[in-house]
Amino acid sequence: MHQPAWKRWLQQNLGFASALLLLLTIYLVYNMLHPRGFSSAVAVQNANETAAIAFVAMAQTIPVLMGGLDLSVGAVMTLTNCIASEFVNGSPAEIVFGMIATLLAGTAFGLANGLIVVYGRIQPIIATLATGAIAIGLALIVRPKPGGDVDGDLGWALTNSVWDFADTYGLADGGDAWWLRPFADIPMPLIIVILVTVLVWVPFRRSVTGRTVYAIGSAEGAAFMSGLPIARAKIAAFTLAGFFAACGGLYLAIQTSSGNADLQQAGAYTLNSIAAVVLGGTSLLGGIGGAVASLVGAAILRVISFYFRILDIDPLLQPLIEGLVLLIAVSFGAIRTLRVKNKLDLFR
Amino acid sequence: MRLAVSPENKPILIASLFVVAILFAGTAYTLSTTGTAPLLSPGYLLQQLQTGSFLGICAAGMMMVILLGHIDLSVPWTLTAAAMTATAVGGEWALPTALAVGLSVGLLNGFGVAFLRIPSMIFTLGVDTVLRGLMVAQTGGFAPQDSATPLMLYLAKERILGIPVAIFVWAATSIVIAVILTRTGFGRSIYATGSREAAAFLSGIRTRLVIVGAFVVSGLCAATAGILLAGYSAKAYQGMGNSFLLPAIAAVVLGGTHILGGRGRYAGTVVGVVLIVLLNSVLSIMQMPEAGRQIIYGAVIIGMLLVYGRNQRVTS
Repeated sequence: MHQPAWKRWLQQNLGFASALLLLLTIYLVYNMLHPRGFSSAVAVQNANETAAIAFVAMAQTIPVLMGGLDLSVGAVMTLTNCIASEFVNGSPAEIVFGMIATLLAGTAFGLANGLIVVYGRIQPIIATLATGAIAIGLALIVRPKPGGDVDGDLGWALTNSVWDFADTYGLADGGDAWWLRPFADIPMPLIIVILVTVLVWVPFRRSVTGRTVYAIGSAEGAAFMSGLPIARAKIAAFTLAGFFAACGGLYLAIQTSSGNADLQQAGAYTLNSIAAVVLGGTSLLGGIGGAVASLVGAAILRVISFYFRILDIDPLLQPLIEGLVLLIAVSFGAIRTLRVKNKLDLFR
Repeated sequence: MRLAVSPENKPILIASLFVVAILFAGTAYTLSTTGTAPLLSPGYLLQQLQTGSFLGICAAGMMMVILLGHIDLSVPWTLTAAAMTATAVGGEWALPTALAVGLSVGLLNGFGVAFLRIPSMIFTLGVDTVLRGLMVAQTGGFAPQDSATPLMLYLAKERILGIPVAIFVWAATSIVIAVILTRTGFGRSIYATGSREAAAFLSGIRTRLVIVGAFVVSGLCAATAGILLAGYSAKAYQGMGNSFLLPAIAAVVLGGTHILGGRGRYAGTVVGVVLIVLLNSVLSIMQMPEAGRQIIYGAVIIGMLLVYGRNQRVTS
C-alpha cells in the first residue's frame, strides 16, 4: 500500500506532532491574551526563560532514547553553571577559554557517566543518581556560596535580540546592515538553541552511533546481534547528555551572571527535564522520540508558566495548576491502552 | 574453606560488612581526636536509628514499588501532605486522616500506573507536583501553625524501656512488609509481576491489582513517616519530605534490590538504611562539609554497586 510520505511521518511521530500543535496553540493564545501583544521584547524574555530547561531536556532525551534515564543532568547543569560563573570573564581569550572549559567539564562528566554505565554495568538510573550527588559536591567546592562574575557584555549580547548582539560587538555595522534586518528581532537564546541542535544533535542522530542509540532503546539484544556498536553508543549518549547539560549550565550562568550550587534547583531541573521529554512525545521505554521533541516539551512547560503572569492567577494556586496540567497531559498517553488489540501488548 | 553465600544474600552481607567498617572508621577517628568512642555507645546508636526510622519506613514502601520495576517519586509530598493534614485535623482523627491521605495517593498512583499504563516515573512525579500545589494552596506556602498531637509526639519522641518508640514503629512496619513479601500470595505476586508482567498475567495473577496494592503500601509508608517526622519536629513544614526520596531509593538499591524489579530481600533494605544513616552520622561527626558529604555519598553508592550490583551484558 502506498502512503503519502507526510502521512507516514505523522503516524510515526504522533506524539511529537500533537506536542508541536499544542505548543503552537498555547503560544499563539498566550500572545493574543498578552496585554501588549506580540513583540520582540516578549519573545526575548520567553526565550531566555526557556533556554536552560530546553538544553537540560535535550540532555535527558538521549539516555531516555536508549531506554535509560540520567538523573544527573540537573546536577551537571548546576556544576557547569558554577564553573562558568568562575571562569567566563576577563579578556576575550579568557572568556572563550572559560566557555570551552565549562563545556568540556560537562562533557567529561557525561563521559564518566557513560563509562560507569557501560564498563561498571550499573543501571543508568542508579548510577546517575550517585554521580549526580558527586556533581553537586564538586559544584559546592567550586562555589561554596552563590555568586560569581560573568562578563557583562557577553551576558547582554547573548540574552537579547540579534540586533543587540551585533550592536554590542560592533558586527554588521552595529546591527544596522541591510542583510541583518530580517533577523534583527530574533532572540539570541533561540538562535543558540537552534544552532546547537543543528550542529550537534542532527549530525549525531544521522550517525551510526546515533542510530544505534535508537536501536538499543527498541531492542538491545537485536542491536547487539546486528553488530551495532553498543558500548560506543551508550558512552556517546551519556557524553552528549553531559555536553547539553553543560550548554544549559553555561547559558544559565551567562543569563544570571552568577552560579549557585543549589541541590533543590538541580533536582527541580532533573525532574522538569523528564517531564519535558515525556511532553515532547519521547517514550520513556526508549526508541521513540528525539531531542527536537524535547525542545517542544520544554517550551510547553515554560509557556504554561507564562500564562500565570498575564492571567492574574493567585500565585498560591500556580504550583497546583502546573501539576494538574502535567498530570493531565501525560494521562493522554493512556489513549494507547484503548488501541491495543492484544492485551499482552499492554505489558511491554 | 569457601563460605557459600547465595547471590541474594551477597549484597546484604557486603553491605553489613561495610556498616561495620563505617563504625570502625568513625570510632578510630573519634578516638584519635577526642579519645572517646561515642559511635559505639548504645544511646548514640539508638538515637541514630530513631532518626533513621523515618527513612527506613519510606524505604520499606519504596521497596515494594521497586520490586515491581516501578518507582514512586511522590514520596516527598505524600509524606508532607500526610503530616500537614494530620496536624491540621488534630485530635484523635489526626492519624487516620494522615493514613487516608497516604491511601488515596497510593490508589491514585496505582490507577495511573496499572490502568492508564503511564510510566510510573512520570505519573508519580505529576502526582507529587499536584500534592505540592495542593499543600501550597492550602497553607499559603508557609509552615502551618498547627502543632503535632500528643500521640504523634509520643510515637516519634518517647521511649519504651529506653528504646525510642519510633524504632518500634519501624520494626512493626518492617515485620509487616517482610511477612507480606515472604509469606503471602500478594508478596509472591509482586516478585512475579516484577520479573515479567506478561508471564504473571498469563499465569492468572491480577497484575494490575498487585501494582495498585504496592503503590498503596508505599503511600501508607510515606504517610507513616510523615506522622513520625511531624511528631519529631513537633509540627509539619514545607518540603519536609524532600530529603527522603533519593536516600530511600539508594537504600533499597544498596540493599541488593534490583532497580528493574523482581529481585531483592527486605533485610537488605534495612541494612541499606542503616548504612546510609550511619554514613551520614559519621560524616557529620567528622564535620565534613556538605561538598565532601555529597561526593562521598555518591562514591559509596557507585563503589558498592561495582562490587555487587553489576548487570549481565545483553548479548542476545
